[in-house]
Amino acid sequence: MLEIKNLHVTVGGKEILKGLNLTINDGEVHAIMGPNGAGKSTLSYALCGKDGYEVTQGSITYNGKNLMDMDPNERAGEGLFLGFQYPVEIPGVSNMNFLRSALNSQRRYRGEDEIAAVDFLKLIRAKAAELDMDPEMLKRPVNVGFSGGEKKRNEMVQMAVLDPSLAVLDETDSGLDIDALKIVATGINRLRSPDKSILMITHYQRLLDYVVPDYVHILAAGQIVKTGGKELALELEEKGYMGLGITESAA
Amino acid sequence: MVATQEAKQTVQDVTGEYKYGFVTDIETEKAPKGLSEDVIRFISAKKDEPEWLLAWRLKAYQKWLTMEEPTWAMVDYPKIDFQDIYYYSAPKSAEDGPKSLDEVDPELLRTYEKLGISLKEQEVLAGVAVDIVFDSVSVATTFRKKLKEAGIIFCSISEAAHDYPELMKKYLGSVVPVADNYYSALNSAVFTDGTFVYIPKGVRCPMELSTYFRINEANTGQFERTIIIADEGSYVSYLEGCTAPQRDENQLHAAVVELITHDDAEIKYSTVQNWYPGDKDGKGGIYNFVTKRGACRGKNSKISWTQVETGSAITWKYPSCLLIGDGSVGEFYSVAITNNYQQADTGTKMIHIGKNTSSTIISKGISAGKSEATYRGLVRVMAGAENARNFTQCDSLLIGDKCGAHTVPYIEIKNPTAQVEHEATTSKISDEQLFYCQQRGLETEDSVALIVNGFCKDVMKNLPMEFAVEAQKLLGISLEGSVG
Repeated sequence: MLEIKNLHVTVGGKEILKGLNLTINDGEVHAIMGPNGAGKSTLSYALCGKDGYEVTQGSITYNGKNLMDMDPNERAGEGLFLGFQYPVEIPGVSNMNFLRSALNSQRRYRGEDEIAAVDFLKLIRAKAAELDMDPEMLKRPVNVGFSGGEKKRNEMVQMAVLDPSLAVLDETDSGLDIDALKIVATGINRLRSPDKSILMITHYQRLLDYVVPDYVHILAAGQIVKTGGKELALELEEKGYMGLGITESAA
Repeated sequence: MVATQEAKQTVQDVTGEYKYGFVTDIETEKAPKGLSEDVIRFISAKKDEPEWLLAWRLKAYQKWLTMEEPTWAMVDYPKIDFQDIYYYSAPKSAEDGPKSLDEVDPELLRTYEKLGISLKEQEVLAGVAVDIVFDSVSVATTFRKKLKEAGIIFCSISEAAHDYPELMKKYLGSVVPVADNYYSALNSAVFTDGTFVYIPKGVRCPMELSTYFRINEANTGQFERTIIIADEGSYVSYLEGCTAPQRDENQLHAAVVELITHDDAEIKYSTVQNWYPGDKDGKGGIYNFVTKRGACRGKNSKISWTQVETGSAITWKYPSCLLIGDGSVGEFYSVAITNNYQQADTGTKMIHIGKNTSSTIISKGISAGKSEATYRGLVRVMAGAENARNFTQCDSLLIGDKCGAHTVPYIEIKNPTAQVEHEATTSKISDEQLFYCQQRGLETEDSVALIVNGFCKDVMKNLPMEFAVEAQKLLGISLEGSVG
């Protein structure tokens, strides 16, 4: 269970999140929507512990542990995964090598044995096949020369291999054509299970047609200003933020 | 031994210092400090060298006296007092070394552990007195036997001077002339150690040759001299150095390496250099001034240099190729890492003399801390070198904002048919890349190592397999503490 209480986050001296509260229980899928500049990406980076995202007040606990005391890799070891809006390229490092290093690092953190090379190969090939990824892509350097859709598919393959208990997807759907969107949705739906939590951050309700959330929140000016079921996303699509009485300077 | 006594007598006559600690202690195997004709005679006598070699050394010394220390490299260090250096000291006896690993610098042991070096090997590397017969002795014996069967000569340079004088006379100084540069002249006068390799016609050396197996000469010499000759149609792969940091108290190193390939022969020379780089504040560390050059004398012959440079406070090194034979090929693959206050000025020279010669240069420089790394390269196509081709790629990677990377390429073309390409990039490890790796579960230092290894992949893949695995780990260790 993820519990965020009264979270205040400052970036470059400017306060972006201003007292955000959010609880995600095991098995739940939450979606956060909101206008540009509301603090959506700030929330995902603060959760994962990126440098420069300073928590000035409040708390983030996951399964009773204080995430704020942990380095980004420790949080990953605790089961946190972030699907990036703009996945980063790492020249010369094959997808396969990257993921195996990451997985083994997480396993070491959890006090588990490293995965045998053969088992890893089987695992990654199976996950790539589930998400229609050409196995040749696994040998290519991480995200180098990948199209936008390929990068997002790669994020989903990584997520499937690392098998996190809490996945945060930061606008993973933006800029995708319908086929790529369906791949992303497949990735999320395959992860969905009673012991896992998922937080989707999105601009559009389109993704929610494929991954139906339990809760939809609207984030504006650093706070969650409205919470509802999946129908809230449809209402937002129809009326817009203005129509729901939400302005950029809500708080 | 007679020669040795004579030399001692000579030195005694000349130097006043002699009576202090030199003559009184017969067992001391050290020449007095400083450089003089007498010290050179002493070295030559110690090695029981033939007369011609002593004459060669003395001539080199005379040349050296007339030369100036070069200052064009982008390295900054206090002036070296050449009279404040010992030019000869015999390998330390077992009693001088640490008695067990407990007496060895824990920092060194930690690095060995990270490199996955076995305890037995750690003892050897750290200079612990090992009195039992360890595995590699028997390995080395089998090894030498096998080479002998193939007709390959693989011995120390001193042995070669005795046993193969004709080959030595023919090749010594034939690629790097005595007066080539200040440090090659110095080396020619005082070299005390090194390797001699001769691969006969048509022989493909059945294993990678490595100094590691030349047990008797395990101590890295301060002024090493290496000659490798690949006769017609032969092939050899030679490994120099070791990924483990070596215990070494000599501050100045000036080695000379000469490679010669005849028709259709190939030499692959791989180096991993991991000498003491000095501490975090830039104190101490080795000065490494090396002259490495290969001559592709025969047609369609090939020389390939691969180097991973992570150690030394100062690195001054330009492994080069003279492409004399028609259709000969020169290659230079380099990774140079500098951290803290290290300085590296390294690169290559490709001199195209024969027709249809080609060369490839791939240089990867990584700078971290307050270090400076310079690539300095020359591609020269002579008038007679029809259809010469060169491809050069120089990439620099910066970690942090207090280090520097410089690229100084020289291109001289005297034949209009030449095709020369040069590509250069400079990039930084971005916070985004680091965060991406960390978010996936990698620790900061592992993330840096992964990104750097990716950056160097084009070079690392040219290292022999076993070397490459260790070198990869070494990259990570060299950059410890460079981020965060």
